[in-house]
Amino acid sequence: MIAVLKHELRLYFHSLTAYVFGAFLLAFVGLGAMLYNIQAAVSNFEFVLSFGCLIFVVIVPILTMRVIAEERRQKTDQLLCALPITTTEVILGKYLALLLVYLIPLALISLYPLIFSQYGEVYLPTAYGSILAFFIMGAALIALGVFISSLTENQGLAAGIGIAAILLNYYSVSLSEYVSTTAFGSLAALCVLAVLLAVLVKYLTKNENLAYIGSGVLIVAMTGVYMYDSTLFEGLLPDIMAKLSLFERFYVFVNGVFDMTAVVYYLTVIAFFLFLSVQSLEKRRYN
Amino acid sequence: MGSGERQSMISVEHLTKYYGEYLAVEDLTFEIGEGHVYGFLGPNGAGKTTTMNIMTGCLSASAGSVHIDGHDIFEEAEAAKKCIGYLPEQPPLYMSETPLEYLRFVGEAKGLRGQALTEQIQAVIRQTGIEAVQGRRISALSKGYRQRVGIAQALLGNPKTIILDEPTVGLDPIQIIEIRSLIKELGRSHTVVFSSHILSEVHAICDRILII
Repeated sequence: MIAVLKHELRLYFHSLTAYVFGAFLLAFVGLGAMLYNIQAAVSNFEFVLSFGCLIFVVIVPILTMRVIAEERRQKTDQLLCALPITTTEVILGKYLALLLVYLIPLALISLYPLIFSQYGEVYLPTAYGSILAFFIMGAALIALGVFISSLTENQGLAAGIGIAAILLNYYSVSLSEYVSTTAFGSLAALCVLAVLLAVLVKYLTKNENLAYIGSGVLIVAMTGVYMYDSTLFEGLLPDIMAKLSLFERFYVFVNGVFDMTAVVYYLTVIAFFLFLSVQSLEKRRYN
Repeated sequence: MGSGERQSMISVEHLTKYYGEYLAVEDLTFEIGEGHVYGFLGPNGAGKTTTMNIMTGCLSASAGSVHIDGHDIFEEAEAAKKCIGYLPEQPPLYMSETPLEYLRFVGEAKGLRGQALTEQIQAVIRQTGIEAVQGRRISALSKGYRQRVGIAQALLGNPKTIILDEPTVGLDPIQIIEIRSLIKELGRSHTVVFSSHILSEVHAICDRILII
């Protein structure tokens, strides 16, 4: 794993990727700090991070698009398969390298509240709690980006899907106001999601029975619950959309609450997408 | 196999591989002993690359087993892979790196560290004749040198078996002669399995031939 980590770091700093990622993050957070903390003279640094998290929509896919897609395009994934290291070690090595690239600009950003505290009253616990949450949320988005990169050998496509997925997550709370709140609407949408899940499972495992039987059982179970008590489904779809939002949970930290459930949620998202990335890479052996 | 009995270096038993409905390899069985250069001969599409990919752990098998120096490639993948150096048909190289950086990564991934890593890298660089280009970017190297860098990574960790998938494809005649003599030299200290669809080439290099 250490070998992969060192190798990935070398590749990021050989190319412009790490520098572009860091520059964009610093520029956007710097712009926010200028607008909020300097021009508007607001002492809350967490508002800057709340403004700055929008940049993740662009910079996370740029950072993660090549991580596995490029291995496939260059056929170097064959080397990784033939080396005496496990797929889990490969994915963890790559992911930790991405986290280190992300941590470098974040380390600079974490100096801002201290600098501002020299010139006014800054409530440091909220500022640093938000920086920690900003890091974990970014780590969750990076895990999502790694998984998307593992689905294709086309970097551009990986970046496009990544931007769409993160943008959808960013606006999921706003969009939830426009979706159906009726019980039947929620059931129909969840059935569509079950079918999409089946397609993903089939793609990752090449096991049609597991995919179709799994989603079939899920749809039958949901329909059964709906027939038993349809009120359980009322407003369920917008509720799920709001709950899945990574950004919405971050705003709780910005409001001064260190929400441990959000931390657990972010860590679960990280573990889930890294697990899927390992499965996606393993799938190549079975093709 | 009994403990007193001499183990074969590679043992492939009843290997079958399907790609969906397409049967790529059917019930293939062979054994390879220690030493020598083995030619793996067969027409295009016969399943040479698929077999090599399964032997090196890059692909799963639909049925059958592969043992490398007594280790099952599916059950004891790490131990089996330590006994193999593999050069696929397209050398798996990172174009933005220099051969030195690339070999350092592969060596570390194979568990080499510190002085042992440095010494082995220098040894394989000498053996494959890439001293002059070790500091250049791989993207700037000729196909022949890229192939040599690919062979160098296969030699790191001093594996007992080197598996080369059509290593002379796309090279010019001088490069082909150079790579052939390198493979012959490797055959003195390793078991080399070398695939080709050209009979004369296999005849020129190999001590023994497997026909698929």
